[in-house]
Amino acid sequence: MTRQLRIGLFAVSASGLAALLLWAVAGLPDFGHYRQRYGLLLQQVAVGERHATNVVTAVVFDYRGFDTLGEELILFASVIGVALLLREVRDEAARLRDRMRSDAVGLIGIGFAAGLLVLGLYVIAHGPITPGGGFQGGVVVAAAFAIAYLAGDYRAYRRLTPQPALDFVEGVGAGGYAVVGIVSMLLGSAYLYNFGPLGEPGTLASAGSISILNIAVALEVSAAFVLLFTEFLEELSVMRAQGR
Amino acid sequence: MSYLPYALAVWIFVVGLYGVVTSRNFVHLVVCLTLTQSSTYVLLLAIGYVNRATAPVYADVPQGTKAVDPVVQALTLTDIVVSVTVAALLLALAIQVQKRNGTLDPDALTEMSG
Repeated sequence: MTRQLRIGLFAVSASGLAALLLWAVAGLPDFGHYRQRYGLLLQQVAVGERHATNVVTAVVFDYRGFDTLGEELILFASVIGVALLLREVRDEAARLRDRMRSDAVGLIGIGFAAGLLVLGLYVIAHGPITPGGGFQGGVVVAAAFAIAYLAGDYRAYRRLTPQPALDFVEGVGAGGYAVVGIVSMLLGSAYLYNFGPLGEPGTLASAGSISILNIAVALEVSAAFVLLFTEFLEELSVMRAQGR
Repeated sequence: MSYLPYALAVWIFVVGLYGVVTSRNFVHLVVCLTLTQSSTYVLLLAIGYVNRATAPVYADVPQGTKAVDPVVQALTLTDIVVSVTVAALLLALAIQVQKRNGTLDPDALTEMSG
């Protein structure tokens, strides 16, 4: 199919699709007048039932916690997929050797990395209380390691993120989530039903098993993202070494 | 005007598809696909919006304050994670295409091989 024909075909079908989509959204409630039922109920009960002041986190890790198990495993599977796609016999000598020579960039980078690490841990820890949680904070923590690569050199980055430790942390994060669900069953309730001390709402030690699941997801997400960075950086190092 | 945010989601979706169809580079194509998926964030959050309401977080405001829908926000979070995993896998595939065929142009890969 030629390019012109393809674009012509797209123009016809896309305008049809856009018309149908616009017709569909015209049937939605007016913007800002959503008659929430499930959401309204959760807003009313979440703080009282689960002692989590962030209702979104309560939905993610409790009321719809089983969905999040699947979501976490998608990320896990994706990391496995990327590792399989990019696997090859990598020569240790071919590792990226270029080094950041500027002390100023190194110093600023370390400052940024430290700040990001603290911010990420803060966002994770306060997941059940204020906006944030394991997913968001995990990405911020992983970004701190990416900055460490940018500010330092590749070998320093690898020393900071040893593969066995990453694999272990990712496994603990993904498996821990499933295990918490089994603990709920052993305690005589449904899978992933919130157990454990609910604590005082609005404090760090609150929301029962939401906090545990939150930390499991944070471990999984940060390790998964660092593993993804590592896979792509390895690829870059091989390409550089081969002079491409 | 009250349907404008929904129309915006449709617009982002169609523009993203246009980018996918006309793309000359797999990395560009992955970015366009991510853009297409981001239209669903706009749609979900627009559906859950309630006029003059706060975020569904009761750390600072008393319980019972009018708040936007927390369920669609949780769905959007799931959506973003799925989008990232898809992008990571497709970028890995793009690297393999570049290695095997020496090009990232989808139009240059008209014949199946292997």
